[in-house]
Amino acid sequence: MTEKKSSPQSILIVDDELIVRESLTKWFRQDGYRVEAAEDANHALKMMKEGPWDLALLDIKMPGMSGLELQKRLKEVDKNIGIIMITAFASVESAVQALKEGAFDYVTKPIDPDHLSHIVSNALNQKKIVEENIQLREQISDIGKATEIVGDSQQIHKVIELAKTVAKTDTTVMLRGESGTGKELIARAIHANSDRRYFPIIAVNCGAVTESLLESELFGHEKGAFTGAQYRRKGKFELADGGTIFLDEIGNISQKMQVQLLRVIETKQFTRVGGSDVISSDFRVICATNRDLEAAVKDGSFREDLYYRLNVFTVSIPPLRERRSDIPLLAEYFRGKYAAIMHKAVTEINANAMDILVQYDWPGNVRELENVLERAMVLAVPPAIQSSELPFQLASKAHGLQADSLAVVERAQVEMILNRTGWNISRSADILDIDRVTLYNKITKYGLKRP
Amino acid sequence: MRSILIVPIRPVDHAELTALVTPLSNAFEIPVSIEESNYLDPAFAFDSYRNQFNSTSLITALLDRYPAQSGKIIGITAVDLFVPVLTYVFGEAQLDGQAAVLSTFRLREDLYGLEPNPKLEHIRLLKEAVHELGHTYGLIHCHDPECVMHSSTSAEEVDVKGKNFCGGCEKFLRGL
Ligand SMILES: [Zn+2]
Ligand SMILES: [Zn+2]
Repeated sequence: MTEKKSSPQSILIVDDELIVRESLTKWFRQDGYRVEAAEDANHALKMMKEGPWDLALLDIKMPGMSGLELQKRLKEVDKNIGIIMITAFASVESAVQALKEGAFDYVTKPIDPDHLSHIVSNALNQKKIVEENIQLREQISDIGKATEIVGDSQQIHKVIELAKTVAKTDTTVMLRGESGTGKELIARAIHANSDRRYFPIIAVNCGAVTESLLESELFGHEKGAFTGAQYRRKGKFELADGGTIFLDEIGNISQKMQVQLLRVIETKQFTRVGGSDVISSDFRVICATNRDLEAAVKDGSFREDLYYRLNVFTVSIPPLRERRSDIPLLAEYFRGKYAAIMHKAVTEINANAMDILVQYDWPGNVRELENVLERAMVLAVPPAIQSSELPFQLASKAHGLQADSLAVVERAQVEMILNRTGWNISRSADILDIDRVTLYNKITKYGLKRP
Repeated sequence: MRSILIVPIRPVDHAELTALVTPLSNAFEIPVSIEESNYLDPAFAFDSYRNQFNSTSLITALLDRYPAQSGKIIGITAVDLFVPVLTYVFGEAQLDGQAAVLSTFRLREDLYGLEPNPKLEHIRLLKEAVHELGHTYGLIHCHDPECVMHSSTSAEEVDVKGKNFCGGCEKFLRGL
């Protein structure tokens, strides 16, 4: 069998019916695939450890977690896994939903074998092509894998180091940092490196909704619990069972919610809104805030006991302006990302434009930088992004400088000399042939900071 | 004992089975015979809802009837076969096992509204018999489109592939 490949492609079958598992397993083994079967979603999630699986065939209707929900979870563990839904005629509508959520295709039971073998080989071929593309891109960009945590500054290395350390524990983590610094990315990275990674990470933005809505978001509700509650709904704490709950903007929740949150974090038990059954859930808490929580504790707007519950291990993510050396890396990363998405051969950011990006203060941090790059990529004419494709306020706000002005040159010169002398003011002033007061004025004017 | 036994599962055209004996014997280089006295009645495997016969049940019945040391067994029938999750199968085999079943139902031209073509149908049946028996010897589907172990789920695909093993599959088979 010399022509057969050394490592066969793999298929995971998830179906609650034994006979379906048996006959499909047999069918695909004869095709030379590595095949395993799981009887329900939980087993399937456990079997992800034996992956990676090229393809998963999921019964859309199973007791417990549905195939649709399982699809989401499998994709969280391995975003490249190919999914084919198995459905009865009755549930073709949900199969269509599965397609919208990224399933490759669906088959109806009983399955036409001819159809099945073609769908499976198509799905595997497509996956191979996608993976080859990804590999190619990784080789080219040589920057991080699935994560967008990009940077080479000491500050970001520190953050990644801390995240890795705490990931292996089950400790509650508090992420501090301005908005747009990528707190959710760090939360996901911690989860992805933890033992809970095969279970979901559920993100809740506590600042975005009203108190009553947040309550039913977090704890779920029974049918008829309030006007508009037509169905029973599981809450985020329930969905996070086995995994991680990420509570963003934790500093913005009401006093009442603070009490409820404290209770559920301490007991890991709660009831749905309008319900009486006590529900247990095993979750890890990662929370994030850009508020001065210590001040909030002092002025009484944030409970001290909750503060201590949450503030066990803190990771502070520095704003972008404090790690300017990462800006070129990030800008390049986003350029590459959007070049791939937009299929646009824009291969560089010209020096002038990069200067402006590096000098700007980025109050909206990494998120703002990404938005600016996305916009610039829309406007850019291959092969390079020009300064004219950046929002004009960027160029002017970068310390009030016109991109091509003399001031830009002066700023760069002053900064370079300062860096060269290790910020020795006297020596720098000498080299620049100005007095020390003038140098101080220029440092202030251009917003230069000792690195 | 190294041999192959063809078991008629009624209804089936006996002449078609007889025509398989010599070419099968050549393909596997072992004696091939037909069970002449003891036909299998597939009624127990009938699914009235699907109006088809469960091929897995037929394999189980063959295994019950013949002890493990009696060589490879292939049951052949004219009725339509299925496994529960699939709409139909041409046949089914135990991978690296003892038994296989095979149906002539979907190999016939008249099923597709065409003139009967006994010669073509014989070649199809032979290819699929070699294929299913190949599975019982542990062969999996082969990527070589000419090879008899190439997967085929339609009559056209059976016609496209050859009736012999490719070099790789042949080697695997003889190596046993
Ligand atoms: Zn086969
Ligand atoms: Zn072959």
